[in-house]
Amino acid sequence: MPKLRELLVALGSRVTDRIWRLGFAARFLCMILVYSGQTFLRPQLLFREIWFSGVLSLIIIMVSGLFVGLVLGLQGYDTLQRYGSSEALGVLVALSLVRELGPVVAGLLFASRAGSAVTAEIGLMKATEQLKAMDMMAVNPMARVVAPRFWGGVIAMPLLAALFSMMGVFGGYLIGVVFIGVDEGAFWSQMQSSVDFREDVLNGIIKSFVFGIAVSLIAVFEGYDSIPTAEGVSRAITRTVVTSALAILALDFVLTSFMFRSL
Amino acid sequence: MNRTILDLWVGFFVAIGIVALLFLALKVGNLSSSNFAETYVLQAKFDNIGGLKVRGPVKSAGVVVGRVANIHFDPATYEAVVTMNLDTRYRFPKDTFASILTSGLLGEQYIGLDVGGDEKMLKAGDSIAKTQSAVVLEKLISQFLFNKASETPANK
Repeated sequence: MPKLRELLVALGSRVTDRIWRLGFAARFLCMILVYSGQTFLRPQLLFREIWFSGVLSLIIIMVSGLFVGLVLGLQGYDTLQRYGSSEALGVLVALSLVRELGPVVAGLLFASRAGSAVTAEIGLMKATEQLKAMDMMAVNPMARVVAPRFWGGVIAMPLLAALFSMMGVFGGYLIGVVFIGVDEGAFWSQMQSSVDFREDVLNGIIKSFVFGIAVSLIAVFEGYDSIPTAEGVSRAITRTVVTSALAILALDFVLTSFMFRSL
Repeated sequence: MNRTILDLWVGFFVAIGIVALLFLALKVGNLSSSNFAETYVLQAKFDNIGGLKVRGPVKSAGVVVGRVANIHFDPATYEAVVTMNLDTRYRFPKDTFASILTSGLLGEQYIGLDVGGDEKMLKAGDSIAKTQSAVVLEKLISQFLFNKASETPANK
């Protein structure tokens, strides 16, 4: 049965390859943390990366947040008014944004907008042997290229998620209060009385922070680990987006089950 | 890109990010109203707390004067012991009446304090003696139905 044997070998090598890559990624994270001291000593590098992954993602994050809020407002109002509780629209919009949609959708957008760009940049640096050249000049590419991009993403992500939630709440307000005419006082006061700072807002921020770490690590790792050819880089970018999306959704489930397990 | 313009943009980005966080904390959440500067602890025992939750409000005359700090079950008396943190600005008499109420028909449950007339005030760590349990809606409905059932034959 040589065919079956080959199949089993192929399957086994795929599994061990994944585990090997996971181990390498963990070691890579440790390396980043070791070299990140130099990143914070040279904040100019960090600012450039925050600009790159944060400021340039502003438009897409804010516009998507606004539209998600508008849709939530319409859909939420349609459902709530059947039960005669359209004043609870603010609660619905704010809770779903702050707890789930803000961190998750902002994370997905961030992965496809900034994560892919970081992977492409590092991958192309590798393909054109710029990383090796840096090594030759005694400039550590981990400290000069990888760590600033990682921290830039980690810092930008919670801020982007908060902006997304804010724009979403504003969108819900626009639909609910301005267009449909839900009472403004009830909209805000019910929202404030049911959204708890520690339980909802802080947990959302923690979520977005964790997603930021995951997406940034995946992006820099895939770029650094990419095969230095045009095809290899394009594959690495695809892997970044796919793996980040899966990681965000899986981490979201794990974090939610820890955070919102009501006693 | 020019360095100063880059810095400006990053500063702008971080600033509006922090504004968004503050907006979520203060306008969307209830950080501003849930913090009391200094609190003291009171306890109350209830037969049934219904759906009361930790961090639920404690109100007197409709004003939030404290929050529920802890709820636990007392295995000796089979009662629920509710610990409350109350704002030190507000003092209540010894014969204050604590009851578990519901805001609206389906709203959250809170502890209402009805003030008595005693001259002595409750001190930190004291226990409120007079309490009333949560109204369980099922019990209320079944009571109502039983009353209806018992009065119907008399009318005929």
